[in-house]
Amino acid sequence: MKLTLSSSPHQRTPRDTGQVMRLVIYAMLPGLALQWYFFGWGVIVQAILAVLAAIVTEAAVLTLRGKNIRHAVSDFSAVLTALLLAVSLPPLLPWWMTVIGAVFAIAIVKQVYGGLGYNMFNPAMVAYVMLLISFPAAMTMWMPPQTLAASTVNLGDTLSVIFTGFSNAGYDVTQLRTDWDGVTMATPLDAVKTGLTQGLTYSETLNMPVFSGAFAASLGAGWAWVSLAYAAGGLALLRLRVINWHIPVSMLASVVVVSLLIHLINQDHYASPLFHLFNGSVMLGAFFIATDPVSASTTNKGRLIFGGLIGFWVVIVRTFGGYPDAVAFAVIIMNMAVPLIDYYTRPRTYGHHSHVRSGKGKRP
Amino acid sequence: MYPNFDQVVAQLDSGRLQSFPGGVYPAGNKDQTSELPIRRVELASILNVPLRQHVGTEATLIVEPGQRVLKGQPLTSSHQPFAVPVHAPTSGEVVGVGHHVTAHPSGLTEQCVSLRPDGYEEWCSLTPLTDYQTLNPAKVVAAICEAGITGMGGAGFPTHIKTSSSKPIEFLVINGVECEPYITADDRLMREYAWQIRQGIDVLQHLVQPKMVLIAIEDNKPQAIEAMQIACQDKANYRVVEVETKYPAGGEKQLIQMLTGREVPRDGLPADIGILMFNVGTCYAVADAIFQGKPLIERVVTLTGGALSQPGNVWAPIGTPVAHLLNLAGYLAEKQSAPQVIMGGPMMGFTLSHADIPVVKITNCLLAPARNELRSSDNERACIRCSACADACPVTLLPQQLFWHAKAREYDKTEEYNLFDCIECGACAFVCPSEIPLVHYYRKAKAEIRLQRDEKIRAEKAKERFEARKARLEREKREREEKHRKAKEARLAASQQAGSDTSDKVAAALARAKAKRAALPDNNPDNSAPPEESVPERKTQVAAAIARAKAKKAAQQASAQETGDTENTAATDNDKQQRVAAAIARAKAKKAAQSQGSPTNNTPQPVSHSDDTTGTDADAERKKRVAAAVARAKAKKESQKLTAGPLAEDSHGTRNPPLGEASSAEDEKKRRIAAAVARAKARKEAQRDEK
Repeated sequence: MKLTLSSSPHQRTPRDTGQVMRLVIYAMLPGLALQWYFFGWGVIVQAILAVLAAIVTEAAVLTLRGKNIRHAVSDFSAVLTALLLAVSLPPLLPWWMTVIGAVFAIAIVKQVYGGLGYNMFNPAMVAYVMLLISFPAAMTMWMPPQTLAASTVNLGDTLSVIFTGFSNAGYDVTQLRTDWDGVTMATPLDAVKTGLTQGLTYSETLNMPVFSGAFAASLGAGWAWVSLAYAAGGLALLRLRVINWHIPVSMLASVVVVSLLIHLINQDHYASPLFHLFNGSVMLGAFFIATDPVSASTTNKGRLIFGGLIGFWVVIVRTFGGYPDAVAFAVIIMNMAVPLIDYYTRPRTYGHHSHVRSGKGKRP
Repeated sequence: MYPNFDQVVAQLDSGRLQSFPGGVYPAGNKDQTSELPIRRVELASILNVPLRQHVGTEATLIVEPGQRVLKGQPLTSSHQPFAVPVHAPTSGEVVGVGHHVTAHPSGLTEQCVSLRPDGYEEWCSLTPLTDYQTLNPAKVVAAICEAGITGMGGAGFPTHIKTSSSKPIEFLVINGVECEPYITADDRLMREYAWQIRQGIDVLQHLVQPKMVLIAIEDNKPQAIEAMQIACQDKANYRVVEVETKYPAGGEKQLIQMLTGREVPRDGLPADIGILMFNVGTCYAVADAIFQGKPLIERVVTLTGGALSQPGNVWAPIGTPVAHLLNLAGYLAEKQSAPQVIMGGPMMGFTLSHADIPVVKITNCLLAPARNELRSSDNERACIRCSACADACPVTLLPQQLFWHAKAREYDKTEEYNLFDCIECGACAFVCPSEIPLVHYYRKAKAEIRLQRDEKIRAEKAKERFEARKARLEREKREREEKHRKAKEARLAASQQAGSDTSDKVAAALARAKAKRAALPDNNPDNSAPPEESVPERKTQVAAAIARAKAKKAAQQASAQETGDTENTAATDNDKQQRVAAAIARAKAKKAAQSQGSPTNNTPQPVSHSDDTTGTDADAERKKRVAAAVARAKAKKESQKLTAGPLAEDSHGTRNPPLGEASSAEDEKKRRIAAAVARAKARKEAQRDEK
């Protein structure tokens, strides 16, 4: 009887790459839902746009590279990249910018480097930074939470603004961002940054309407809840052992420690750790972006360093840099350091440098 | 951190064991067979017993085809520690000795004894050592070796080698962990034969003299734990330790780490940290060998998997073809998508290439999975660097980096990442979401590296050989030159002596030599003797005379060996004789060369030594040589007188060709042979003198 041969182990866990990616996508859904709740249909439209563009791009590039399309598209990695990009974009961003971002993320940042597993940088974050630098105005046109907005933007208006630039009533994005008082609504991070330049103290800035409705005084309505939702999704991923605790914990701890130190230097001038944690994309970054396995460090010690330094850069750039948020920059900077970190954080292998000098008893 | 004995005991007392890093939790699948008693099965019609079943080498075969052997009779005898004998699993006839595919992942053939059972199960005489405690431990160890016992847990390391460890042992660990899914052989053995295992432990304990005996069993085998606890309850320093059910807790290094917190040093052995480990099956076999005198001829094998309708544990005689056991267990081919049998568990077992492969001493399980029962995959995707493999690795390697480098064939890098510390447990490949067969890559890389090392060693050896040969040629050249120089000195001395000494015989020899020299062509067929320096004519003639004399003597000896009258034999006969003479001379010359240099390494030392000798004792040497030359000349003259026949023939051979003329090939050859003989003799003489 001739038998078939295969290499051990003959048993595996059922979890494959596609499932890992899907689990991460599912964990994003609560955050996505809250973003939709607070900021309208924009995020959903952007997500669909980005996902479609990413899948088409992935398929096209794989065809050019002569690879199996179905195999690669079914791993959901392009979908995840597109989603991470979409939730980082202002909800009413013109559709073509979103598409450019998604195409850039997949074609240039991922596939040019060799496709899944070979890209050095986080594709979503590089695409985000590319858009931010190319279209700085459009990329900072964030909508106020709908609870605070003068006019609610329905699905039809959203589609209209994204695809034509104007709502059905003829308003453009700037007009839609204006609140009852005719003041343009900024994000909390923007508000603090511009408040300081206008001579307001940090505590004075917190009196602005954008800082109302959340569960803590210094938190922006909507933003804080979205952050919490992403944190919850991230904890689920931890529990399912999809991600390791090292990066989120070290990154969040680092944000707290660094911002606390700065805050203690001048409490009037610098934002509190709580403000930093629950504003902007720190939670999203800690659980979903910095943990991207491909571009993150791969040793446990390395992950602690990687996450810690991301947190450090986030607070430093937010506090002293020109941009209100810095998760994307911090992640990209640290992506570059990964090979070095990995090299110097190799774990000690069993039996190496043991206290007992290895005997001469090598088996003959 | 290296916990000492007391710390380890305190830890064990606390009941909280350390764990090893990583590890995975595959589904156990043990209940298919764990509740069924071990059963006896009918013998196969033919048994193929591989001579080598373990780490080490084959022992010497001591049976031959056609011979009837009794059950337990050794088929091979051990001649060195790593050759453990194998025994006849039953009585019957040896029907053949030949190569047969055996249980090895490579599918290579090995020498096997084929035995046709006669059904009588007739035992050979057994010699138990029930009084082992009063015996010399060496005798007990020898009995264990002669019983053919090798580790039954996996690697098959000869047990007697472990037991004769000279290092002080603190912990004797008995491994009943059995962490591989599906396998219940050790579990059943412990449940049913706890007392015999305990007896085996007693023997090992007596040999090793540890401070404590630890019997480690995974906590998913409560009945085995209870059985062993009962069996060992009267012994204060025997402890049954429950360990966490986690794969690969049964790995030697991992179990040591769990029990003691110690790590076996790299390139070291457990004995280096005061630990020895034996499988429960090995203990059972030791008890069999010591208390009954029975050699290891059968073992418990778990037959399991969805494709078997009657799974269970059986006592399988070593050498039983796998197909026989599968059929007994109700193998259903239609339940498999493609016929597949795994020897061992799903994590570390290997697929068999053929169902005729025999059961060996390390075969603990035969797994015939049904369709979709195991999730093995050839659906390899790109690595996403998730490091699930690193989290699962029990020896804290970075499997993913190893994979990158192995795939890129950067083998030096894989070694840098400690590839050879990989125990191939398969935990990394088990968890890999990209379904990369990581272990396969590592095995390939290891094999490639080993191949490269071998090639390097071979190349180095070839280089050594080449250089040794060069040195030898050089030395031989120098020796020849030295010889010629000495000969020259001898001739010089001889000529001086000839002036004063009026011995007739010498004079006559010289005269004859001269005459011969005149007749003989001056060409020297050998490249080694360049006597064209400006030496006095007479001296060369003397030398030539001596050489010829020797040649004659050699030829004479050769012809003397031949019966009958050589004078009248045909030319071909003469030729043959000369060849014989030449062969003898060559042999002598070779022997001389060998005895001069050291036998294996051709170091140039002897040459320098001879140089010294000649440098210091030049005078004495010269005299000796002269004496020798004179003696030889005399001898020659003597022999000339006595035997005319061979001499005449010989002189005919040497005298014939005129100088520089194209002589007949035969004559030329003869002359060459004669010269070679002479040279050989002279060399030998020179050596003898040097000594």
